[in-house]
Amino acid sequence: MTEAIDVEGLVKRFGAVTALDRLDLHVRTGEVHGFLGPNGAGKTTTIRILLGLMRHDGGTACLLGGDPWTAATALHRRLAYVPGDVTFWPSLTGGEIIDLLGRLRGGLDRRRRDDLIERFELDPRKKGRAYSKGNRQKVGLIAALASDVELLILDEPTSGLDPLMEEVFREVILQEKSRGDRTVLLSSHILSEVEALCDRLTIIRSGRAVETGTLDDLRHLTRTTIRAELAGPVNGLAAIAGVHDLTGDDGRVSFDVDAEALEPALKALVTAGVRSLVSQPPSLEELFLRHYAKDGGDRRPEHAASGSDR
Amino acid sequence: MTGVGTLLRLALRRDRVVLPLWVFCLGILPYVYLTGFQTLFATDQERIDYARISADNVGFVGLYGPLQGDSLGELTVWRGGFQPVLIGLAALLSVIRHTRTDEEAGRTELIRAAVVGRWAQLAAALLLTGLGGLLLGLLATATTVAAGEPVAGSIALGVVYTLDAWVFAAVGAAAAQITETARGARGIAIGVLGGAYVLRLGGDISAMGDGNLAWLSWLSPVGWAHRVFPYGANDHLPAVLSIVAAVAVTGLSAYLMTKRDLGGGLLAARLGPPTAAAGLRSPVALAWRLHRGLLLGWTLGFTALGLVFGGVAGSVAQIAEDSGGVDDIFTRMGGTDEIVDGYFGIVAALCGVIAACYAVQATLRMRDEEQNGHAEALLSTGVSRYAFAGSHLLFGLLGPAVVLLAEGLASGLVHGDVGPVLAATMVQLPAVWVPAGVALLLTGFLPRLTGLSWAVLGGALLLMLAGPLLRFDQWVMDLSPFTHVPQLPGADFTVLPLAVLTVVAAVLAGVGTTGLRRRDLPL
Repeated sequence: MTEAIDVEGLVKRFGAVTALDRLDLHVRTGEVHGFLGPNGAGKTTTIRILLGLMRHDGGTACLLGGDPWTAATALHRRLAYVPGDVTFWPSLTGGEIIDLLGRLRGGLDRRRRDDLIERFELDPRKKGRAYSKGNRQKVGLIAALASDVELLILDEPTSGLDPLMEEVFREVILQEKSRGDRTVLLSSHILSEVEALCDRLTIIRSGRAVETGTLDDLRHLTRTTIRAELAGPVNGLAAIAGVHDLTGDDGRVSFDVDAEALEPALKALVTAGVRSLVSQPPSLEELFLRHYAKDGGDRRPEHAASGSDR
Repeated sequence: MTGVGTLLRLALRRDRVVLPLWVFCLGILPYVYLTGFQTLFATDQERIDYARISADNVGFVGLYGPLQGDSLGELTVWRGGFQPVLIGLAALLSVIRHTRTDEEAGRTELIRAAVVGRWAQLAAALLLTGLGGLLLGLLATATTVAAGEPVAGSIALGVVYTLDAWVFAAVGAAAAQITETARGARGIAIGVLGGAYVLRLGGDISAMGDGNLAWLSWLSPVGWAHRVFPYGANDHLPAVLSIVAAVAVTGLSAYLMTKRDLGGGLLAARLGPPTAAAGLRSPVALAWRLHRGLLLGWTLGFTALGLVFGGVAGSVAQIAEDSGGVDDIFTRMGGTDEIVDGYFGIVAALCGVIAACYAVQATLRMRDEEQNGHAEALLSTGVSRYAFAGSHLLFGLLGPAVVLLAEGLASGLVHGDVGPVLAATMVQLPAVWVPAGVALLLTGFLPRLTGLSWAVLGGALLLMLAGPLLRFDQWVMDLSPFTHVPQLPGADFTVLPLAVLTVVAAVLAGVGTTGLRRRDLPL
């Protein structure tokens, strides 16, 4: 399997602050890869190193088979980037900015550009300074998506977009995905978006990758929430290794259980007699919160246990 | 007006370095001139001769304003004749920094959403700057009194400076209401200041000849500053005019503020083309779009300057014939033995320093592009950092060439002798490029300190205006690139210093570009 992005042990220091601490990131050609992490985890710094805007202090970074620092301009013709906090020249119109960026990347699909402008409902005659945050984001997205490139690097691309436009964005990315030859690195905080779009994802915290794999892989690593109403008292549940946060009274129990402990736990419940049972699979949000939590996350955050999706 | 006190404290906190700096530097300058004069003249007669000749010298009157008496105080005030322009500049920049700059950056929105009155921010900016102007005036008064000058004259001098700051603070406040960008507001306010200076210059020079246009000076706030004549007439009327203007323009700006939305200007944004022109496909084409307004403005300004400078040259020749000889103090002051040539030499050097401001401004545009995030979008395309830096440097180098050409041509055509006048202007170019090189060097290696480029320019201007009087050592004078430019048309043309200056500028720019290529971005 070829890799569009191959980052191994990446280190970046800003003075005394270590922004990236031996980060690994592997993005396969043709996949949509989610890049998640709390604010300040190092997502934007990683992207800037991949774009040759910043140097790294250690490790290796390889982008589309080239060195992002020395071969920056040649590589940039093969990718499109939308910065997270995107601002454009105030005196140029949106249409001019889209065309200019496309041309500087080495080509723009005219029909696709007009189609995207229509779908995103952008007025291309407005000047850069007149656009709201969401509209600036659209300008950057259209310029990137209409460019004929192998790799899209999107840093929180839907921040500022309304829900309708988020939906348009998802459709467009799914279309890209179906083409099969375009790779997308998608840094995002919108979990439903990542869940809907990404083949694989990498979660980083404090400049280090803490999880990487498909969503299913990652789900397997976490706990399922079980709530049950029982006919009689249950024995030995607390003794099973892998059962956590057990609470219960009046024949109701609630606990979290590791994947490998699921079977003995259920057996214990069946022995006691089950009247009703609710099993909640781990949501991405729980995954996320577990890794975002400062202590590295052995403990589930309270509200995650309720199992709601968003 | 709720919240003015809090906002004023915030402004003081943010300006704790900048404000004291300009207040001190500009406030102490009369004292520096005074002590310079005290040692310059061996006898009273020498001073009286110097004053008589200076008062009749068109170049000097053009630059520093009219001179009436010959006392030490009057000479000091006159020699500081560029002060009203510099104080006005500091004041208007200060007000715009605390109004439109914040508004453009979105900080004002946050502040106005708090318990803060509509006018509070404008009032705080004006109070801050007004306070700075007051301190500046007090410093000028206190130091000159301490140096033994008459109290009444020293107070008049302080009042002149303070009122000048207040008038141009109000001008800055009004300009900040007109455009959506701080850059545009600065352009308008500096344009008003430049216009006021040129009006004064035209009126004063006309007054030396036939006097038909002498009334022009009375239209100019800079002209009023000169017409108080501290230590001489100590006239009240111009000061009253300044107060009326400051109050009126402040009122105007408060009124304009009610006529617009937050974040908006009075000049509404228009729609533009939905697609880019075929030519907009390179970093240079983008730079042209970003720089063309600035280039046009500077070119128009320099053309106007050339028309005025060329126009008054006729009176210079007239006066030269009338007055006959030249005193040797003149030569000490940096002039040459031919009055008209000397006049054009001084004018060309002045234009050089002003054009260098443009050179630095245009070169630092690349730093602006970095800070506001545009460079990140551009450099993630197929544009190299060299192409990015080069596209802006092009305007930093050729832009000043265009504006100097415009000034030299306009001035020479009006004067009726294009060649020498144009040559005198254009030889400034290599010296103009040096500060641009410094700006690029800082951008490459010390991007957070690019503001020092302006300090370099300020130093060069200070050496040019005050250096000959204070008789600095030659090596100090040599620090300014403008010292090395041959003083055409009077002096001989020499290639060597121009070649050296060009090489220095090229090395600075080259090293700076390498630094920019090698560092993290944005930083």
